[in-house]
Amino acid sequence: MRDAFSDQLYREALKDNNIYIVVADISPAGSMLKFRKKFPNRFINVGVSEQSMIGIAAGLAMKGKKVFTYTIATFSLYRPFEMIRDNFCYQNLPVTVVGMGAGTIYNNLGGTHMSQEDISICRSVPNLNIISPSDPAEMKSAVSYCVKNKKKETIYLRLGKSGEKNFTTKADDKWKFAKIRTIQKGKSICLISHGILIKMSFNISNTLKKQKIIPSIYSSHTLKPFDSKTFKKICKSYKTIISIEDHSEIGGLGSILREEAYRYKYDGNLINFSLKDKFLNDYGSQASLLKKHGISEEIILKKIYNLKK
Amino acid sequence: MNKLISIAKRRCINYRVKLLEMSQRVSAIHLGGTFSSTEILDAIYNILMKKNERENFILSKGHCSALQYVILKDLKVLSENDLRKYSKSNGKLGVHPEVKNEGLNASTGSLGQGLSMAAGFALSNRKKNVYVVLSDGELQEGSTWEAIMAIRNLNLKNIIAIIDNNDLQSLERSSILTPSIYPIDRKFINFGWDSKICDGHNTKEIVKSILNRDKKKPFCLVAKTIKGYPISFMQNNPIWHYRSPSKDEFSIAMNELKNLGNL
Repeated sequence: MRDAFSDQLYREALKDNNIYIVVADISPAGSMLKFRKKFPNRFINVGVSEQSMIGIAAGLAMKGKKVFTYTIATFSLYRPFEMIRDNFCYQNLPVTVVGMGAGTIYNNLGGTHMSQEDISICRSVPNLNIISPSDPAEMKSAVSYCVKNKKKETIYLRLGKSGEKNFTTKADDKWKFAKIRTIQKGKSICLISHGILIKMSFNISNTLKKQKIIPSIYSSHTLKPFDSKTFKKICKSYKTIISIEDHSEIGGLGSILREEAYRYKYDGNLINFSLKDKFLNDYGSQASLLKKHGISEEIILKKIYNLKK
Repeated sequence: MNKLISIAKRRCINYRVKLLEMSQRVSAIHLGGTFSSTEILDAIYNILMKKNERENFILSKGHCSALQYVILKDLKVLSENDLRKYSKSNGKLGVHPEVKNEGLNASTGSLGQGLSMAAGFALSNRKKNVYVVLSDGELQEGSTWEAIMAIRNLNLKNIIAIIDNNDLQSLERSSILTPSIYPIDRKFINFGWDSKICDGHNTKEIVKSILNRDKKKPFCLVAKTIKGYPISFMQNNPIWHYRSPSKDEFSIAMNELKNLGNL
């Protein structure tokens, strides 16, 4: 996903010389290196100084530049949070804050490198939109949107890392900002997620297919503004709605769906698989950490089977 | 030059009169800091900046926005009506500058953020000067030092930062609280900037120091000022960071300014 981001940004920058990227000492992997070589004056590395990364990006944006700030999610968002709020959001600047390796992706580096609350924090800030693409293909569409940024507001773009597969390329429903996307059309069960855990939806679906159960799979790639209209339709169509996310149970997709379901008086089963409100460590693999939080394909399948009984 | 300076002196008295009048209509105004910055902002707006550079000014010590409003009214960017409604529910001008208002280029108020935004301005067009005024208290913010580093690292020669070194913050003297930031000019020089110290109430010194700077480097002017200057009972008294004068205090202060004006 990281490569998809930098590759798309590079393509956009070839067409638009107003695009700048301000980074805080992040290793220039993939196309980022290409960007840096081709546009040395538009690739600004401020060093390990996230607060000035945001301030400088704000200054550039106030002069009409299209700016992306980029580093690992915790450092991108948490360290300079007040600058993001005051300089970007309060002044309503169309800047994209890129949080790389968000959620629990950096589990092997421990809690200081995980950002399990990023969406929750961003959601409460006015003028701050949130996009969490489900795969590299969605990432490319999202980057193009961020460049255009029709709403002219700040965007938090939540990135995975490397090696994610594409899941959404065959979907008829095209990626559109602030629109829940149908990736697979099925019946009675709805699996909805954002970010990298869409792979769980597909693995679960593959297992269920053997028992002739075909769930629908949705990508809720934009979390703010939330596509309430489509979710209303989802509420009407499914007896069971299951959300899966690599984010805290407080303030993420699970929370949003509970708020929305209450609004629409949904009386089916709404089950949220989100991270517990706990600092948990597992340096082995992301999958084993997620399992400690109660998120795994087995656990989700078991829940579905229990409902069917 | 001398005529220019005497006109500036009169202007600064008028600005302070205006600020005192505003203080009688509202409860929230930072008179001490606006009075210490008066000659600095006057020199920048009325002598140093070209008209097309005005969009490149940031008041990082945003709590002194009232002074900026008074000057912008003088320059006919804001109206008398705008000033009259300062800090009122039906007005647009608040205690801190808002980018949505005419002539104001950044929403500041939270200290330590202006210098980084100024760096962004400077980076967007290296040929145009950027002026930014900071309080000495902002040197206690880590983000200010990040910006000081970045500005030199990015070789932004078009930054002119002026520090209102009134040496007094909400609670006590900055030099007693944080002696480690002194001498301020040496800190900037060691970070690769050019820097000078001057009397911050002396327009001639402010202007000369800025015009004679080393144009191959970013520049920081440490303007030594007195908080509350030149009002006898306000000077160097921390209470005037935020306090509005009573009726009696107001008339004493007005008289003192009038006497200065007659000189």
